[in-house]
Amino acid sequence: MDSSRTPDTTSQEPLITVRDLSKSFGPNLVWKDVNLDVYKGETLAVIGRSGCGKSVLVKHFNALHKPTTGDVLMDGVNIFDLDYVGLRQIRQRFGILFQGGALFDSISTFENIAFPLRVFTSDTETEIRDRVMQALERVSLAHAADRSTAELSGGMRKRVGLARAIILNPEVLMYDEPTSGLDPQTSDEINDLILSLSETLHITSIVISHDMHSVLKISDRVAFLHDQALHWLGTVEQLKQSQDGPLRSFVRASEYALT
Amino acid sequence: MRFTLFHEFGLYGTLLYQSLRSSLESTTYRMNLFQEFVKIGYESIPIILLTGVFTGAVMTIQTAYQLGNAFIASSIIGSIVTQSLLIELSAVISSLVLAGKVGARIATELGTMRVSEQIDALESMGLNSVSFLVVPRILAGMLMFPVLYVVAAATGLTGGLLTGVLTDTLPAFEFMKGARLFFFPWDVLFGMIKSIVFGFIITSISCYKGYYATGGAEGVGQSTTQATVLSCMYILVADFVLASLLL
Ligand SMILES: Nc1ncnc2c1ncn2[C@@H]1O[C@H](COP(=O)(O)OP(=O)(O)OP(=O)(O)O)[C@@H](O)[C@H]1O
Ligand SMILES: [Mg+2]
Repeated sequence: MDSSRTPDTTSQEPLITVRDLSKSFGPNLVWKDVNLDVYKGETLAVIGRSGCGKSVLVKHFNALHKPTTGDVLMDGVNIFDLDYVGLRQIRQRFGILFQGGALFDSISTFENIAFPLRVFTSDTETEIRDRVMQALERVSLAHAADRSTAELSGGMRKRVGLARAIILNPEVLMYDEPTSGLDPQTSDEINDLILSLSETLHITSIVISHDMHSVLKISDRVAFLHDQALHWLGTVEQLKQSQDGPLRSFVRASEYALT
Repeated sequence: MRFTLFHEFGLYGTLLYQSLRSSLESTTYRMNLFQEFVKIGYESIPIILLTGVFTGAVMTIQTAYQLGNAFIASSIIGSIVTQSLLIELSAVISSLVLAGKVGARIATELGTMRVSEQIDALESMGLNSVSFLVVPRILAGMLMFPVLYVVAAATGLTGGLLTGVLTDTLPAFEFMKGARLFFFPWDVLFGMIKSIVFGFIITSISCYKGYYATGGAEGVGQSTTQATVLSCMYILVADFVLASLLL
């Protein structure tokens, strides 16, 4: 594993430290002994084949999954030792764009984004309205505020999911396949959105993707899950140079010739 | 097999324990409780009226048929119908019907939320999803089922009485006389206790099956089927246990 722990574009301070993490569901091992730091302000891509455990890994970062063994530290605190209140504070530092958007289908688009505000802030109705519309404008969906979520297309659902993820001003944004299933143009719009969020809001980003084009475009470092382990970790530059077999064949399969 | 059964009871118990603990966080589920009152209680009234009327009607016709040749006062038909409805049928039959309606709805709702990561989304915001989703449903079930039992019993008695009159088997005053003769308030209380237990069984099993659903749309379908089948089974088991304990 030729890994780099000193990305040049970001701070040296690890925000999240993953230590010897292993996860099994019953008898099925997903991956084992994952060690990884996420630095403040960087954009880390997590790549790997479908079913290799990318979503499961990322859901350990805010304790949506509990590991079989190992720790995840945030600011030096093991998040699996926290009680519910402590965990809530950690969780609210994250915003997540889920793979299918995970919009609440019983309420409208507007209410989906307003939901965290209603539950966790004491904002007035006008403040909520302003903040929601601002978030919707950021994802260019202000016109869809009153539509039911069932009427939205896949790309729109992802953008609404993104608006909901940023509404409480998180420090870390996790994107689970933000561009999968979208046409190249919409994908590019989402990539630009991710870049602009990370630049304008100085957000630390963790992006799960199969799409090498967007990985190379938006990320500082790449983590490659393969063969039930974190097979390769390094910067985008190192990825381009890498002679690692499985990594190269994964990248080549996405029709992105490196040579 | 033994492992999975054990595992299931463990998970079910854990969910109940978490629900009990988070039932103190009333601010989290307050907003969903009223909605569940409406969905479990109010929206079940039509089906309960229908079930009630037919149960009462069938009881009168069949009791009259069974006692047809016996040399006893016909008002005894009223007594038998009333007691059967109050002690057993109004609680059990309406709960079996509601296992289909309420149980399937809850399991599908929570199952869909689970597989489309909506539950993860709630948790990731720092919300206690058990308190938000499970507690209001179980609570509304336990509070609404006894009310529905009373509705079912009242329509059942009305249906039984009207059937007696309309089919010329039993005049209304005879039915009333028989009903009064063997009416014990304890029977109504017993029926209400049963329906509280059945309400708990249906909502808790359906929440459990939905909350832990896996495997996409097909998995949700399986969870829903299991939720209704298990609810019906455990209603019958609980009916037996309660009868042995309380009668
Ligand atoms: N709740 C669960 N219970 C049991 N197994 C699970 C659960 N969640 C995920 N898995 C299993 O863990 C493995 C990794 O799943 P995960 O969703 O992380 O894959 P992924 O890398 O995100 O794939 P994709 O790119 O298709 O989203 C899969 O084999 C999956 O079946
Ligand atoms: Mg995934």
